[in-house]
Amino acid sequence: MLELRDVTKVFTTGTFGGTAVTAVSGVSFDIQPGEIVSLIGESGSGKTTVGRMILRLTPVTDGAIAFGGRDVSSFGRRELRDYYGRVQGVFQDPFSSYNPVFKVDRVFEMVRRAYLPGLTGTEWSQRRQRALEDVGLEPRDILGKFPHQLSGGQLQRLLIARALILDIEILVADEIISMLDASTRIDVLNILADLKERGLGVLFVTHDLALGNYISDRVVILQRGRIVEMGPTPKVFSNPVHPYTRMLLACVPQLTSKWEATPRNFDEAAAPMTLQPVDDDHYVER
Amino acid sequence: MTLAVDNLRVYYRTLKGDVQALDGVTFTVADGEIMGLAGESGCGKTTLGKSLIRLDGRMQHMEGTVSLDGVDLPIGDDSAMNDFRFRKVSIVPQYAMSALNPIRKIGRMISELLDSRGVSYDATRPELSRRLALVGLDDGVLERYPIELSGGQKQRVVMVLSTLLNPSLLIADELTSALDVATQKAVAEMLVEFRDRAFVKSTIVITHDLSILYQIADSILVMYAGKLVEKGPAAQLTDDPLHPYTKLLIGSLPEVGVRVSEKRLKGIAGRPPSLLDPPSGCRFRDRCPLAFAKCAEEPPFVEIAPGRFAACWKAEAA
Repeated sequence: MLELRDVTKVFTTGTFGGTAVTAVSGVSFDIQPGEIVSLIGESGSGKTTVGRMILRLTPVTDGAIAFGGRDVSSFGRRELRDYYGRVQGVFQDPFSSYNPVFKVDRVFEMVRRAYLPGLTGTEWSQRRQRALEDVGLEPRDILGKFPHQLSGGQLQRLLIARALILDIEILVADEIISMLDASTRIDVLNILADLKERGLGVLFVTHDLALGNYISDRVVILQRGRIVEMGPTPKVFSNPVHPYTRMLLACVPQLTSKWEATPRNFDEAAAPMTLQPVDDDHYVER
Repeated sequence: MTLAVDNLRVYYRTLKGDVQALDGVTFTVADGEIMGLAGESGCGKTTLGKSLIRLDGRMQHMEGTVSLDGVDLPIGDDSAMNDFRFRKVSIVPQYAMSALNPIRKIGRMISELLDSRGVSYDATRPELSRRLALVGLDDGVLERYPIELSGGQKQRVVMVLSTLLNPSLLIADELTSALDVATQKAVAEMLVEFRDRAFVKSTIVITHDLSILYQIADSILVMYAGKLVEKGPAAQLTDDPLHPYTKLLIGSLPEVGVRVSEKRLKGIAGRPPSLLDPPSGCRFRDRCPLAFAKCAEEPPFVEIAPGRFAACWKAEAA
């Protein structure tokens, strides 16, 4: 469905583009319909950049992202609109995703104007109703309100509903629950699980391994722009091979066991290596 | 007993009326205790932390007393509190990473700060270097601007700075929330080490993350809608919560190893009540699965078992 092949992103900084920073380096994986893939990494690992490249918000430097076999970067205006009708994103901060001056209904109206101008009034409101119900929101509580009148969980679910109004096939969810309270977090995650059952492919970008494990079918662990380990979630979590994956897992605070005493590790350097198979579908860099 | 808070009430004044953000809380923190303060956004945990050091212009001290090391803190009197701030009570504010002055080198900023409290920078310098080294930073950071440091480094600078005068009470507000798991662990363990080395006597760690508290705190206090819900030793509270709110909160946390296909966790339906005009009785009533007629009456915050406090009519010791 969506495929990344050797995707690399180099950012240049400095007045004359003097310094080059490789944010993403040779990343390859794919997302199939009805599958949740977790992209896990710490800040600066390039996970957000990968999501933005898929959404074509950032151009790729090298390599290719293909949707249905066609290179995303080759899309012209019309094809791109078509692409956005099938691939959508939701981001970390629901509070800054809305224009505070307008009622939240406006995000739906903008989708209608751009993508579904042919719908009649009834068709449109049915469709909007269904999308809101899919994310567990009561239209009465939501429509006609301003963003500040709604909670973070409601706003975030509304953004998912906005994406669902279009018949999307892939959703890029970038840290969508890190700003939500524990009590509403899990509801938003469960919505992703329901949508997956209906055939949606999701790229779940997160730094939280517990969440990644809870929701996803496959995980991709990213360190400094490189994939260090990837495979089916149960395999990677029961048998983490790369030291970085092990370190991440050991640092997750849990309610059942205390942290092990490990040497304090504020920074870690890595030497580049290549991905090798552990078994048929579980890969690790070594 | 280091810190004793008695029936503290702090309201926010708004044009629509008073927001009852902190509505009568009573608790104590012992010498050397790390107390975790947990709850959802808007439950009043940050308000409680701020009340102990500085009320901002919108906050009004309605009632209640706070004493530290047997001395009453004049929390309603902004200028009288100055004698206590930094020396006795210190805070690592929320978003500590952006708390550093961007146009001062770290060293100069610390020197100015110490100067304002009449403490000599030169005399403190060796201890400063020692503590920076302890958290994995060298003296070079003193010659740098905040922008040159990473988020975790800035967090550690703020930690060292706020505990430099060995305060009796440190308030750490969402210290680890913006950090990656590995840095989070290192910073959280630092809090324990600072306590062990007696850089601070007592610590209040404010966070929404119960699993962090289980790792580092001695006791946990849970708040909901401006009221205390439950308090107890950390391990007991997380193993066997007494209050239905605490139970639901813990039930909604995914542990490593739990998968949606095997076990579907549930959130807590509904949202906290508005504190502009909070409901009478138990404030969790509307969302509580155990609510019954008596909940219209406010449950007292009482000791249910030794060391375990809860405000619920149905809470009983196991």
